Amino acid sequence: MELRSNEFKTRAAANLGDEKLQRGLGLIKVKAVVNRANAVAEFGDFETLREVGKAIRDRALADLDLYLERFEREAVARGAVVHWAENASEACRIVVDIARENGVRTVAKAKSMVSEEVGLNDALIEAGIEPIETDLGEYILQINDAEPPSHIVMPVIHKTAEDVADLFHAKHGTPRKTDPAALTREAREILRPKFLSADMGVSGANFLIAETGSTLIVTNEGNGRLCTTLPRLHVAITGIEKVVATLEDASTLLRLLPRSATGQAITNYVSLHTGPKRLEESDGPQQFHIVLVDNGRSKLLAGEMREMLRCIRCGACMNHCPVYQAVGGHAYGWVYPGPMGNILTPSYVGLENAIALPNAATMCNQCGVVCPVKIPLPDLMRKLREEQMERGLKPWPERLGLALWGWAAQQPALYALGTRIAVRFMKWLGGREKLIHRLPLASGWSDGRDFPAPEGQTFRELYKERRQ
Amino acid sequence: MTARENILNRVRSALGRKVSPQDTASIDARIAAHPLGMQPPRDWEPELRFRARAEALASTVEKVSSLQSVPGAVARYLVTHDLPTGGICWPSLRKLDWIGAGLGMEDRPARGDDFVGVTGCYCAIAETGTLMLLSGPDTPAAASLLPETHIAIVETARIVPFMEDAWALLRAERGRLPRAVNFVSGPSRTADIEQTVTMGAHGPYRVHIILVG
Repeated sequence: MELRSNEFKTRAAANLGDEKLQRGLGLIKVKAVVNRANAVAEFGDFETLREVGKAIRDRALADLDLYLERFEREAVARGAVVHWAENASEACRIVVDIARENGVRTVAKAKSMVSEEVGLNDALIEAGIEPIETDLGEYILQINDAEPPSHIVMPVIHKTAEDVADLFHAKHGTPRKTDPAALTREAREILRPKFLSADMGVSGANFLIAETGSTLIVTNEGNGRLCTTLPRLHVAITGIEKVVATLEDASTLLRLLPRSATGQAITNYVSLHTGPKRLEESDGPQQFHIVLVDNGRSKLLAGEMREMLRCIRCGACMNHCPVYQAVGGHAYGWVYPGPMGNILTPSYVGLENAIALPNAATMCNQCGVVCPVKIPLPDLMRKLREEQMERGLKPWPERLGLALWGWAAQQPALYALGTRIAVRFMKWLGGREKLIHRLPLASGWSDGRDFPAPEGQTFRELYKERRQ
Repeated sequence: MTARENILNRVRSALGRKVSPQDTASIDARIAAHPLGMQPPRDWEPELRFRARAEALASTVEKVSSLQSVPGAVARYLVTHDLPTGGICWPSLRKLDWIGAGLGMEDRPARGDDFVGVTGCYCAIAETGTLMLLSGPDTPAAASLLPETHIAIVETARIVPFMEDAWALLRAERGRLPRAVNFVSGPSRTADIEQTVTMGAHGPYRVHIILVG
């Protein structure tokens, strides 16, 4: 996927004025957020569940090498082929090679964020192989000139039913309809024959089970099941961090994931795949390949961002983020939007290529509060901000300003004098109305609203008075 | 060096391990013990809970007293809902008297245009109102997926409280996993367009559960 994270500010500004997008984002607050809250309350002791989920993920990461080796051994023993990809291009090459060796012409794809991350569709198209996205949202994006998703769970949250109606009418040549049920039926009827004729199915994996060598996917639409049941080949592509020890560990995480993502107690389908079709079976793929992708994950394991590898990709952090709710997913400019993207994008593509993202947060910690595996997202963002300063990646006025402030803050007398002058100056600026219409050096803030003027005394002066 | 070795070496060095540890005793022990994580309190009776949950997920549920009554119940459901009275069933169900109930049920693999698929299930999970289906020669996975209506037979004795109980049953009875384990919780659905929940995305529009017991 094309990287546009350094355009965050301009794209975010444009999105604030996009009425359709704002309507879609507004729905998150009344649907996804409310549904999650209800599901969490209904469960009961969700806090302990989060603690247990965190421990399960931490344990898997603490012995990641051993669990990966065990997973591989079990998967191979059951007839799967396990591939390892160091980076995006290697992952694409592996999948394209499998397709070529088997004369594959069309690929039915279930939703997979790792496949977006490595740019698999483009690689397949380049090799003359047709990828067909089968998740309704991803299908809508694909036929709209391969538009990128704006949410990891609800990829077309930025589109209205009217948009989809126009798109289907134009691309399918069918009578225009706006009812979501009718649009869903139309996509089903167009995609069904494609499932039946696809040579290869590509899915992701929400978890890899070391105990059994199985991949596990959660879906609601059933397209994940179709992609992994009907075509003669199945390729599951996923990150190396997705491994968990046992079926029991996966069962506990399954109590966290759908509740956090959509407010469901369980998704419609949870499917585990262990090896290819057995001899007498009438369905299932003849070959089952698993591609384990590193692409920066082992580097994260070594550093301060390690806790991010616990992530189970539910999307709760973005649903609850006031910045995401205002600017939408496209502003983030890569695969993972919202708070998770603020960490993952700089980590995977380089801090210099995503300068705005660690700062695209209010540090309100809503993301940290809802994260099902207790990732301290604001702490990680702050660490990235520190790294930005240390590496000189911030613009020079900001660095100079902070350096000056830092110096002044270490001179108590000078600092007190400076603040006394500043608050009196601001009081004067506010005038009779006690409102500052235009802040010096911060007009971006005061362009859209007035700044309430201070009363004219500093905190220290007031504190001193009260003490007397 | 292969990609595999490079990745595992980076992981090992990130974890502060010098060489590949031959001693995998700690993870082997954990996998062998497969301890429970966390389950919600069990303050319900499994059959009642299963039924309530399945209905909340937009499945319909009825109960008959024996397996012999199933074809009649299937026929009544299809006629009441104005659905075609023919379709496919799992080969494991071929011996039921479908013809006697006026139904044309074929025990062949499902096709893309089948209207009705009748299956059993390995067991059912009360906590979430979920069916657990195992793939196999007599229990093909596509039968519960391609037809527009999925009818599932559940023996009440096979309703277990939690997913972990289903794993325990599977370990005890089969020892290892089949190619596919599918947990099914109601009809296929999507909320991709304006977060409006719509049934029948790619799988069945309707799931009807017939409890036997």
